[in-house]
Amino acid sequence: MNYRHVAIRVLQTVPVLFGVSVVVFIIIHSAPGDPVVNLLGIQATEENVAQLREAYGLNEPLYVQYLHWISGVLQGDLGQSITRERSVSALILSRLPATLFLAVASMVVATVIAIPAGVVSAVRKGSVSDHTVTVGALTGISVPNFWLGLILILVFARTFELLPPGNYVSPAANPVESLKHVLLPAITVGTAYAALLARQTRSSMLDNINREYVKMAKSKGLSSRKVFVRHALKQALLPVITVAGLQFGYLLSATVVVEQIFAWPGMGRLIWSAVRQQDYPTVQGTVLVIAALFVFINLLVDMAYAYLDPRVSVS
Amino acid sequence: MNGESPSNSASDTSESVIDGTSDTSESVIDRSSSARVRQLRRTWRGFRANSLASAGLVVVSVVVVVGVFSYVDEALFDSALIKAVYYSPFEPRFVPLEGPSPAHPFGTDTLGRDVLARTIYGAKVSIQVAVTAVVVAATIGSALGVVAGYAGGVVETIVMRVVDVMLGFPALVLAIGLVAALGFSLTNVIIALGIVYVPQFARIARSTALSVSSEEYVDAARALGYSTPHIVFREVLPNCISPLLVQASLLMAFAIIAEASLSFLGLGVQPPTPTWGQMVSDGSGYLTSAPWISLFPGGAIFVTVLGFNLVGDGLRDALDPRESTERRF
Repeated sequence: MNYRHVAIRVLQTVPVLFGVSVVVFIIIHSAPGDPVVNLLGIQATEENVAQLREAYGLNEPLYVQYLHWISGVLQGDLGQSITRERSVSALILSRLPATLFLAVASMVVATVIAIPAGVVSAVRKGSVSDHTVTVGALTGISVPNFWLGLILILVFARTFELLPPGNYVSPAANPVESLKHVLLPAITVGTAYAALLARQTRSSMLDNINREYVKMAKSKGLSSRKVFVRHALKQALLPVITVAGLQFGYLLSATVVVEQIFAWPGMGRLIWSAVRQQDYPTVQGTVLVIAALFVFINLLVDMAYAYLDPRVSVS
Repeated sequence: MNGESPSNSASDTSESVIDGTSDTSESVIDRSSSARVRQLRRTWRGFRANSLASAGLVVVSVVVVVGVFSYVDEALFDSALIKAVYYSPFEPRFVPLEGPSPAHPFGTDTLGRDVLARTIYGAKVSIQVAVTAVVVAATIGSALGVVAGYAGGVVETIVMRVVDVMLGFPALVLAIGLVAALGFSLTNVIIALGIVYVPQFARIARSTALSVSSEEYVDAARALGYSTPHIVFREVLPNCISPLLVQASLLMAFAIIAEASLSFLGLGVQPPTPTWGQMVSDGSGYLTSAPWISLFPGGAIFVTVLGFNLVGDGLRDALDPRESTERRF
């Protein structure tokens, strides 16, 4: 692995994260209304409002407020929730495991479906299975996840009572139960993601199947199965990994909606309730953490790419 | 379709380029616009030949017509048109939770409103948000991207760093943050999604503009002494249209899902205006007793998004020469 590439890539994330924090800060501070009046209620006296503004540093210029906030963030302090008697960091830490568990489970479900489907589709181009995969992928991209989730609950949880309709069970507490509970939400989140991955797998497999080295391997007398899996698939997976990373944001967006349907106590429900209750510090903190997570995942993906493909150099 | 044969036009161009007079440069520019028209015709032929893409176009057209009808009916006639032939989407005058029947093909909702009438009216918000947000994003994003790609240097660096930051957010999460700050209304949902999709257009416009900027006709325009804005918006931008168009139709599909997701979460357009996402959410508590409340509007989202995706894929196939050569084998 090229360490210089890794170091440069890590350094490149710093300005992006800085930009992300500025954007989050500006968005939340452009909200109409006085946060202090929101907090104290409209019956608050002017004196109380002034006192609290002073205490929260709201009379300072915007960039001073930003510096104050970001220096807290760097020390792990995301501020206090307005509606709950807890710090935003504590709230996020209590919700993050459920979201990560769901995201990872969805990724596993998606990969298990998408990679074989994409490979079969490419190897048997123009066959019935290819058409099935193509139509399936198109359907997967087009179906709204909240609607799919409701249909899955209706069919598998209510009508046939095969699986529970969500409800998070910690994998540490009861691994088997927890897998049962995560299955429906993971399928819901993973469907569109699987569709995107299957499309990418198909097209990059097609790119590789006709390359010289595959023909060479075939002419050496290797079985086509070995050629496809050992040679073509290995190369074809590189762009798939990139897409998987870029579309991880899609996965995070989807969990926000899907958590709502499956009563999943994760970051999505936290954002949702904070937005509904105008708990701006919590909205600010959760959006920041999710964006940072996304940037971090993309960094990991780039590193995985550099590790797998030695041709990658610093651009 | 009776354009000159490609061999003729090619030799014309090369001759006139060799000539090197200002007259010639004009003709190179003319050639570029007539080549564009030819390419558009070719694209349209390719698109029509693709039956899935044509089906998608039919679906999209139907939804757009229904959306425009609802918009005109509500804005100008106070829903008189739909009431004249069917039921009002707003008045709770029927038995609640009644299943599909000839009188109410999609059943009635929790308040006794007709679900079909509300689904028809739901097209209004979906189309309005998707079209406006994508047009806003395409206009701002393409302009920024083309300027960045043509100008290079500091301008490019600034634009692309901002784009990188915006792409650091999962789209829906950024949209939720924006509506949280702006408030839940039609205009704010459009603004939020418009902002969220700007970087997608900027990125594509920049990379296309980079390659277009090195084309002959751009050099010719420069040699003729045209102003930079003229070159950027009259020469470079029109030649970047194809990939932007594909992106626009695919993003409309995403915008419809995003709007529906915001509505489903109660963070979008507020009742009593019917939206598909909100209707799915209304029915989610009655899944076993009255599934039709959620199923029909959800189906409407699905079919519309599928339509936009088919159009987008069809456009891409018709425009991408690599894909079409592959098909010849």
